[in-house]
Amino acid sequence: MSSQDVDVDTRDVQVAVARSEDVVDARQQGRNLAISLGFTSSEATLIAAVISELARNIVKYAGHGQIIMRSGPDGMLFVIARDNGPGIADVRAALRPAFSTSGGLGLGLAGVRRIADQFEIVSDSGGTTVTLGKRRR
Amino acid sequence: MAWPSVPILKEGDVLIASIQSALTDVDLVALRDALVKQVSTYRTRGVIVDVTALDVVDSFASRTLRDLAHMIRLRGARTVIVGIQPEVAFAMVQLGLTLEDIPTALDLEEGMAFLGAR
Repeated sequence: MSSQDVDVDTRDVQVAVARSEDVVDARQQGRNLAISLGFTSSEATLIAAVISELARNIVKYAGHGQIIMRSGPDGMLFVIARDNGPGIADVRAALRPAFSTSGGLGLGLAGVRRIADQFEIVSDSGGTTVTLGKRRR
Repeated sequence: MAWPSVPILKEGDVLIASIQSALTDVDLVALRDALVKQVSTYRTRGVIVDVTALDVVDSFASRTLRDLAHMIRLRGARTVIVGIQPEVAFAMVQLGLTLEDIPTALDLEEGMAFLGAR
């Protein structure tokens, strides 16, 4: 299985991401899903901010991709950001705090991972998939 | 250019940019550029950016707000960011995002008071 393959369930919220407007759309749908799952407004805003970062990375580095959001067991919300872009050359380096290949504009994957309860990244020449789980408090 | 997504009002020697909805990265950069330019057009001494309606302040938004304020300072005016919502503040702190030395105030009224506007 290559990194960009994710089984999409019909109950998932899926947003195609290619433009600046899509980043806003993805984060707003993520916030709505989080609220509907019982997350507090603050937690939902944090999730929306993280989705914004992941979606922007897709636009910036891959051109286009998807954000998939789904509810999991035990009050988990999963955010899956996937693209068919060039992949991350050195994932371990990309997870270091303060790592950036583009001038340090973003939060970086380390910042995203820091607030996650579950975090996984798979990247190869066929694309990148970041999966983040956030548990309801 | 995506314009005008944010209305800019003139109140005495203060410019007030009231963000009305969620903004894209493109909108935010357009707002920054418009304010930096309009500071001289209206001989502005202070700029208030009201972010009450912003849904999220992520790394790009906080960076752009900082840049905006620093550019306006270089142009000789002061900026104050008003209306950061409690949940937005929570998310910014969790993510380690700051506005550094940029002044903030609770709302428009406090922002005007901060700038000593008439």
